[in-house]
Amino acid sequence: MSYGNLETLYRQVIMDHYKNPRNKGLIGDETYYKVHLKNPTCGDDLTVQIKVVDNIITDVFHDGTGCSISMSAASVMSETIKGQKLEDAKKILKNYLQMVKGEAFDEELFMGDAIVYQGVANFPARFKCATIAWKALDKAIFIHDEEDNS
Amino acid sequence: MDVQKIRQDFYLFKNDNIVYLDNAASTLKPKAVIDALNYYYERLGVNVHRGVYKLSYEATDMYEQARAKVAELLNCQFEEVVFTRGTSSALNLVASSYGMANIEAGDEIITSELEHHSSLLPWQQVAKVKNAKLVFVPLDEDLRITVENFKKVLTDKTKVVALNYISNAMGYITPIKEIIKIAHEKKIVVVVDAAQAVPHMPVDVKELDCDFLAFSGHKMCGPTGIGVLYGKYNLLQKMEPIEFGGDMIDYVGLNESTYKDAPYKFETGTPIIASAIGLKAAIEYLQRIGFNFIIEKETELRKYLVEKMQELDGVTIFNPHTDTGIVAFNIDGVHPHDAASVFDEENVAIRAGHHCAQPLMHCLKQVATIRASLYFYNTKKDIDRLIIAIKKAKGFFDNFI
Ligand SMILES: Cc1ncc(COP(=O)(O)O)c(C=O)c1O
Repeated sequence: MSYGNLETLYRQVIMDHYKNPRNKGLIGDETYYKVHLKNPTCGDDLTVQIKVVDNIITDVFHDGTGCSISMSAASVMSETIKGQKLEDAKKILKNYLQMVKGEAFDEELFMGDAIVYQGVANFPARFKCATIAWKALDKAIFIHDEEDNS
Repeated sequence: MDVQKIRQDFYLFKNDNIVYLDNAASTLKPKAVIDALNYYYERLGVNVHRGVYKLSYEATDMYEQARAKVAELLNCQFEEVVFTRGTSSALNLVASSYGMANIEAGDEIITSELEHHSSLLPWQQVAKVKNAKLVFVPLDEDLRITVENFKKVLTDKTKVVALNYISNAMGYITPIKEIIKIAHEKKIVVVVDAAQAVPHMPVDVKELDCDFLAFSGHKMCGPTGIGVLYGKYNLLQKMEPIEFGGDMIDYVGLNESTYKDAPYKFETGTPIIASAIGLKAAIEYLQRIGFNFIIEKETELRKYLVEKMQELDGVTIFNPHTDTGIVAFNIDGVHPHDAASVFDEENVAIRAGHHCAQPLMHCLKQVATIRASLYFYNTKKDIDRLIIAIKKAKGFFDNFI
């Protein structure tokens, strides 16, 4: 049996981010927007912190426990999103979700290492793992926007 | 009895190359059960207890025959069998009705960290509402419930004991008969979660003398959506229904109504007719196979599985002394969900997760485990393919490091 699909899922990039996560660890700074998410069915537990200055995400941290897909995705998300304008981050987020669902997505849009999660589309059971960090980001941005509007 | 012949009763074994090792979650359904469901839907399809025509009479008869079959299986009276949606509903019924009426502030409810969430959470809720206290039997070094440790937490305040008969996460058999005997000396009511017991061994409620016992049809070759609450008749009669409406009534007035006797007062609305009929077929199927054969087969396979796994490097078995066909393990350095994706590629269906037993995962200091659970239709070849899958998962992830 060929492991082509699995190989694609667990690309070197993913395992690299799993073994050597970037921006891992939280910061005790109240000016960061902080979101804690759990996936009770598999035990993934993740906290994401973002700092927003003038509508730019200037800093991202994450910490938690989980499988290689969820933990690496948090690292990749933090790298991809750091320094992005909020509106661009939202576009990347939307594009990423479409991509891992196997829907049509914008292949031209900057995605950083996040592009390697295309393989998840063949493993619907892993969709939640690949998206938990991005859903946390989505919530953090939402909290920011709510505050901004009020 | 020839397993290859038994396997012909299951569509998936005839038509797919699947290795099915998630029997603790749900078992596969044999043709005899599907035929029984089809018989009802095709030939009858009508409601029970209501119509005064032949079809309704036959449907009612089949539904009640299913109750009689369960009573025969458990060695109890016909009226002591309440049909529910499953183990969870049955255990909730006991807690919501018996528990809410009898537990008072300061009372103690004994349970364990080995429970399925369905056995723990209904009593957690009762304790919260009633200001009662949940007390946990300390587990021994293997994480078993022992009679000795049970005695340690038993007090004059204990009102209810809610424990599993077989742990779905560790496969241990609880010494429930001795526990019940000790509890009854203090007039304490014992609720047994037998979801993993009834499918795998003879369970005699008269011999156990338990007050309540629950199980699910889908874990014993039966349909989903049907389960059983056994309750001692005098207890059931004293309990209030928790759902009200059609069928369960005796006389209905505008402000007051009276209810039927047990078990009917607990079965409001159109009952789970088809699945009850399917459950009867499942019990008959298991009786034809025979519990002796089931136990023999599972014991042989479990020994083979544990032995083969112990030969592997880098695999931790959490319950090498399991009493049943449930084996919990992890591959060192590989998250259970990552391993599960490799198993899936190998067409090995197996559970990775917390198995609805989060407190136990804390005891094991694991976020999740992989669980292989056997049934009589499994083979040594299934186990060999699981072992190959474990090796592949190990090799696959080692490659990336
Ligand atoms: C020990 C135990 N108790 C309770 C349950 C709940 O059963 P059900 O989901 O059929 O209600 C299960 C199975 O999931 C179980 O293994």
